[in-house]
Order: sequence, then structure tokens, then C-alpha cells
Amino acid sequence: MPDRPEYELSTDASRGRLSVSGDWTVHTIGKISEQLAAEDTSGFEGLEVDCAQLGRLDTAGAFIIDRFACRSGGGTVKPVNASEQATALLKQAAELRPERDDEQNKKEFGVVDLLERTGRATMHFIDETVETLSFLGETIMAMAHIVTRPSKMRWTALVSVMEDSGLDAVPIVAFLSFFVGMVVAFIGATTLSEFGATIFTVELVGIAILREFGVILTAIILAGRTNSAFTAQIGAMRMRQEVDAMTTLGLNPMDVLVVPRAFAMLIMTPVLTLIAILFGVGGGAFVSWLALDINPTVFMNRLQSYVPIENFWVGMSKAPVFGLVVALIGCRQGLMVGGSVQSLGQSTTKSVVQALFSIIVIDALFAVFYLELGI
Amino acid sequence: MSEDIAIKVRGLTTAYGTHVVHDKLDLDVKRGEILGVIGPSGTGKSVLLRAIVGLKRPETGTVEVFDRNVTDLEGDDLREVQNLWGIMFQDGALFSNLTVRENVMVPMREHTDLPEPLMKQLADQKLRMSGLDDSAGPKFPSDLSGGMRKRAALARALALDPPILFLDEPTAGLDPITAAGFDTLVRELQSALSLTVFLVTHDVDTLVATCDRIAVLGRKKVIATGPIEELRRNDDPWIQDYFCGPRGRAAQAGES
Ligand SMILES: Nc1ncnc2c1ncn2[C@@H]1O[C@H](COP(=O)(O)OP(=O)(O)O)[C@@H](O)[C@H]1O
Ligand SMILES: [Mg+2]
Repeated sequence: MPDRPEYELSTDASRGRLSVSGDWTVHTIGKISEQLAAEDTSGFEGLEVDCAQLGRLDTAGAFIIDRFACRSGGGTVKPVNASEQATALLKQAAELRPERDDEQNKKEFGVVDLLERTGRATMHFIDETVETLSFLGETIMAMAHIVTRPSKMRWTALVSVMEDSGLDAVPIVAFLSFFVGMVVAFIGATTLSEFGATIFTVELVGIAILREFGVILTAIILAGRTNSAFTAQIGAMRMRQEVDAMTTLGLNPMDVLVVPRAFAMLIMTPVLTLIAILFGVGGGAFVSWLALDINPTVFMNRLQSYVPIENFWVGMSKAPVFGLVVALIGCRQGLMVGGSVQSLGQSTTKSVVQALFSIIVIDALFAVFYLELGI
Repeated sequence: MSEDIAIKVRGLTTAYGTHVVHDKLDLDVKRGEILGVIGPSGTGKSVLLRAIVGLKRPETGTVEVFDRNVTDLEGDDLREVQNLWGIMFQDGALFSNLTVRENVMVPMREHTDLPEPLMKQLADQKLRMSGLDDSAGPKFPSDLSGGMRKRAALARALALDPPILFLDEPTAGLDPITAAGFDTLVRELQSALSLTVFLVTHDVDTLVATCDRIAVLGRKKVIATGPIEELRRNDDPWIQDYFCGPRGRAAQAGES
């Protein structure tokens, strides 16, 4: 059992004298270091340390004694009655003093600081947008390059990504769309029944699913599922310097990693959207049949005659754009991962947030665009 | 005479499945010495280290540290004996999500009740002691060079001023000059803090520069121990090759 460290401080003319006793080790000095830091040392011009009663001393103990000596003016420690080892430790502590004492590096929380942070965040947002756009340009160039020379396409990678992020997402996309279709039909049924116009549920379901929900649901599922997977895959490769190795071997990471993913998403998102639309309408028809007694055949006939086919094309036209957005943001954040596990986590979070944000904003832009076109 | 033996390994057998790594191995590390452990790759130097510090459970045999049996300890007993040693793993094993300074503070957080600011200052002190600049503290391990990472790992191993230090190939992958700097550092720290050091290495220069005694692992046992001059006279073919091959001779020439 170690002895509790203790000390006595006395003055001897202008020289302080610190008599230490007990064990001064990293396990015991917790309390005493604060006590020692609170001592008044004004008027001292040097410190003598009496080690006659000292038990064990280690570098941590030596460090706080030396730090105290620094405060006691002059900064010279004169050990008295010290063992050889204690003297050596105190000497070593004195040699390794920090250049400046940064005991108080508190964070500022003033108004100015708030403004500064706001400014930084805004600039960061603008930079991110610009860089994402430039990455978009870079990717489109690389894709165009590949289109002109299809022999350079990585077909295996393309097909494997199409399976991972396209085919494997079919069940979840179908399932969720079906339920959303059901929910829309239910809401329509209850609201419209007040006017005795339940038959309009067909138009409601048709327009909502064809124009918006099918494609938005698909994009959101891809943002959560595929986008984060892209970031994690590419990020892990960056962490292990595989991307660097690739570059030195003459492989362009853009061609090898980004282009196949971008093409795969470009192809698969419309397919998934089509599936989402089919199942969404199916869900709506199912509820209409159960709750409103609208026969599926009647539902389909009404859908064909009263819901313009433009709605379907509007929905489908957004699909490749969203697919590209998901692939781009996922790959870009993956390529930005640094060397640490931390940055991988940060990048993955960022990529999902950015993808969701972009999808909603782009969808709003599309809405305005088609409104102006009158479709 | 058990007084000056820091680590005593007796009849240690370790195995992974049916693959026996050590077979009834005996080894003593004396208090205050630097023991170099050498042997061909894959003879179980790292596994021996892991068995001593309790990361690998031996099949049979005992490990005593300062006359205390540390085999098969668990819970609080294990935590207590962990204060006796610091370990620097083969590839540093710094936590990549913590800064270098926080890495050094981890053992202090776990085992002491020091106030936070003091912990920070002590961590910086340990980093300086290991030959790093104050500017390295807030960086992440991935932002450091290999040599600096090894120094940071050494600082973490020294965080609690343990009496025993385990180093697994501290100079592997370093350039000769950095490696020589590391050797000097280990030697200096050993004498300043009167450490007992268990040093696994392949580097003949490191052996010559730092070790008091050398243990040679081979054929699942310790095949020889002794100071370097004594081993040079050993007639085991591997030891002969090791010390009297081209690299061994160069180190000898450098020594004299
Ligand atoms: N986790 C493990 N699982 C199975 N075998 C292992 C494991 N770790 C080490 N070994 C085996 O133990 C032997 C000794 O390994 P090691 O101690 O790492 O060698 P070295 O002397 O080069 O440090 C090797 O043959 C290795 O295959
Ligand atoms: Mg090893």
C-alpha cells in the first residue's frame, strides 16, 4: 500500500523550502497536485526540495514538483537529501519543461465567436456546393470518356454494383412503396368520403405515386442504403492507402471506382422507381378495394382515363438525376476520407445528410420547372 | 536469489489449436536489465510477450512478475498487475480516433484520479520524454510518420511510469538513423526510470546498442541466453548465421 504524499512549505529568507514525504507517484498525486497548485508562492526566489522523508518518486511526481518550482521564481529546483534517482528524475523534469504553460486554453463563447462560427459554416457550405459541382463535372467527363471507348469500362464492377445496390434493394423498395400507397389511399378515402367523392382516391393515388412518391421513396432508400455503402467502401480503401496504390499503378480512381458506380445508379434507379410506382399503385388499389369497394379493374380503368401519362414521365425523368446524385455524393465523401476511423464515420454521416438534402432540393427545383412548363 | 528477477516464466506451453508455439519454455528477466529477445520470424516472440502480459492464455506453465503469479488473473487483480507494465505493440496500436495526447491519457484516465489539466500536462511531458514535439500532441496518429508513431506508442506505454516495459520490434520499419535514435532513447529512459525492458527485435544494431542480455527463441524453447559476446561463441547454426552473417559482422564492426 503506497503512503499518502504530503508536504510542508516554509520560507527561509527569500528561498522556499518544500519538504516532501510519502510516495509521489502517478497513482497518488491526484489530490496533492491541486493543493500544491493553490499554494501562494509570491516572494519566492527559488525553491529547495527536501527529500529526506520521500518514499517513491516517479516522473509524474517529479513533474508536479518541478512545475511548482517554476512558479516559485527562478525555476531552479535544488534537491536536498535526495537519492540519486530522485535527483535524476527532478533534473529530467526540468530539462523537459514545456516552452509555454498553456493551462488556460478555454474556448470562447462570445457573440463574436458565434458570428465567426456562423461565417465559417456558411463558407463551408458554399465551398462544399462548389466542390460537389466540380466533382460532378469531373465525373461526367470521365463517363463521357468511357462511353466513347466502351472497352475501358469495368464491366464486372458495373454489374456487381448493379446487383448490390439495385437488385438487392428491390424488396425494400417494393415493400415501402406498397405501404405508402396504402397510406395515401387511406387518407384519401377518409377525407374524400366527407364529400362523397371517394372515387377520386384513384386520381389522388395515381398522381401522388406516379409523380412524386415513387421516385422520392426510391431516392431516399438509396441515399440511406447505397450512398452510405459507397462512402464506406471507398473510404475504407482510402484508409488503407489502396486508392493511392491504385493511382501509382496507373489506374485512375475516377474510372475504377466512381464511373461504374455512377453508371450502375443511372441504370438501376429508373428500374427501382418503376418498381416503386407499380407497388405504390398496387398498395393504393388494394386499400381502395378493401375499404372503398373499388374493384381493381375499375381502379385501373379510371387510372388510365383520368390520370395523364405525363405524371409518370415526370416521375421517371427525375430518377436518373437522383441516382447520379446519390452515386456522386457517396463517392466524393468516400474519396475525402483521411487516415482515421473517425473521418470514415464523419464522411459516412455527411454523405447521407448531403444526399437527402440534395434530393429534396432538386425535387423542389423540378416541381418549379415542370410548373413553368405547364406539365 | 529471486529478489532481482522481475519476470519468471516457468514451463510455459502455448498453442493455437493443435499448433504448439512454445513447449515448456523457461525464461528469466532480471530486474533493471534490458533483455533482447530474438529468433526467426514466426517462432513466437510476439506470442511469448502476449502470454506474459495475459493477452494469450497459456495451456500450462506459470508467469511470475515480481514474485507474484500473474497467470490467469481476472478483473481487479488483472487491472492491478497491469500497472506493472507498459506495452508497445508491434505496429504501435495507437487508437486512431484519439489524438496522440489523448492516447497517452487513456491509461491515466483508466488507472488514476488525476485532474484533467494535470493529465494533459503529464501526457505532453511523456511525449517530450519520448522525443516528440509539443506540436504532435493534438494531431491524430494517421498524421504522423512511422517513427513519430512509434515514439507516441512509447509515450503511451510509459504513461503510468511502469517498472516493466515491453517493446515489440520497436525499430522495425524505421530508417537506420531514426532507429539508432530510438535505441538511445530506450537506453536513456531505462537508466533514468530504472526500467526492466523486454525487447523483441530483429535488428542486430539495436541488440548491440541497447541489450544487457539476449534470449534466443527457437524450436519452441529458449535455446540460449546470455550477453552478446557469449552468444557469438554459441555453436547453434542459426545463432552463428545471425551474428556472424554479413549484417551481424557489420554490427560487430560498428561496435568496436
Ligand atoms: N491469433 C493467432 N492464431 C493462430 N496462430 C497464431 C496467432 N498468432 C500467432 N500465431 C502463430 O504463432 C506463431 C508465432 O507467431 P509470432 O509470435 O507472431 O511470431 P514472431 O516471433 O515473428 O513474433 C506463428 O506460427 C503464428 O502462425
Ligand atoms: Mg512478432
